[in-house]
Amino acid sequence: MSIKADDFVDITDVVCPVTFVKAKMSIEDLEDGQILGIKMNEGEPILNVPRSFKDEGHKVIEVNDNEDGTFTIFVEKGGL
Amino acid sequence: MGNVDYKELKKGGFMRQIQKGYFSMRLKSVGGHLTAQQLKTIQEVAEKYGHGYIHLTSRQGVEIPFINIDNVDQVKQELAQGGVQVGVCGPRVRTITACQGNKICPSGLIDTVDVAAQLEKRYGGRELPHKFKFGVTGCCNNCLKAEENDLGIKGGVRPAWNDKVCTFCGLCQIICPGKAIEVNKKDKNLTFDMEKCIYCGKCLKVCPTSAWSGDPGFIVSFGGLYGNRITVGKRLLPLIFSTDILYKIIDATLTFFEENARKGERFANTLDRVGWHLLEKELKEVL
Repeated sequence: MSIKADDFVDITDVVCPVTFVKAKMSIEDLEDGQILGIKMNEGEPILNVPRSFKDEGHKVIEVNDNEDGTFTIFVEKGGL
Repeated sequence: MGNVDYKELKKGGFMRQIQKGYFSMRLKSVGGHLTAQQLKTIQEVAEKYGHGYIHLTSRQGVEIPFINIDNVDQVKQELAQGGVQVGVCGPRVRTITACQGNKICPSGLIDTVDVAAQLEKRYGGRELPHKFKFGVTGCCNNCLKAEENDLGIKGGVRPAWNDKVCTFCGLCQIICPGKAIEVNKKDKNLTFDMEKCIYCGKCLKVCPTSAWSGDPGFIVSFGGLYGNRITVGKRLLPLIFSTDILYKIIDATLTFFEENARKGERFANTLDRVGWHLLEKELKEVL
């Protein structure tokens, strides 16, 4: 995809609720308007992590199915 | 104590124990809520009159085992002074169970605590041909297992899509449990199959741009049983959006149960015997 992330985090090695904690720690290092790429597993993480970002005011701008049971999403910090 | 009216005791929440002269005393709770003051009272009574412990029931209630028959009146009085009432057993509307609902839980779609309080106010302890259980759960995650109950209430939402704000990111398609949504990112197109929608509202919760919206409502199930016989409550109606209609539906259901059930017959067995279509017909007249 064409989106260029300012930082990238892989959370496929952890399970809920640590998934969001890890993702949240990464986005906290960014400035508003910067973009974080996050690779996560299907199931629980893809259901909960994007929703939690929304609740915290960050905007999911792109979702890519890696077709290996993982997804990569791009989130704009403070985009909502 | 002379003649013991066991039936009367059972009505008032006293469960006879195998130990002669002792009862496990069921306390009233609605939606699994007890105040700190009530807990304090329960602790004191359990220490003074019981064996210093309580049992948590499968229906979010509390029982104090080992209450001696001779202390029943005194125990009731001390509990009442601390704001604790005894629960119910026998052929009537039982403890109303509920999850914490949308006032606490991020997944919640309805105010389960309010619905449970209303159910208790309207129907709590009402005498019926057999026990009748209500359970209220806030969303389709179904933590409270709505369909196990004679009448289950579950939060749901009928989603509507707004193409103006959709970014076609595809998240809703990925998380939809009913596979009702298809997003074509290239053509910027989305199709939604209402027939497959389970009203879970996950699309609304996940959508980054709030392109999905919808009013929450009640998914009602009838005739659940989880005892000697196990049946899953059936959904007979579309999503209900008003509490007025919800309580009218429940009024009609309980009247149907009263008029059609044999004494000691659970709701699911009545429906199997007389025909589910009869209930369905009556309920549709209420809508």
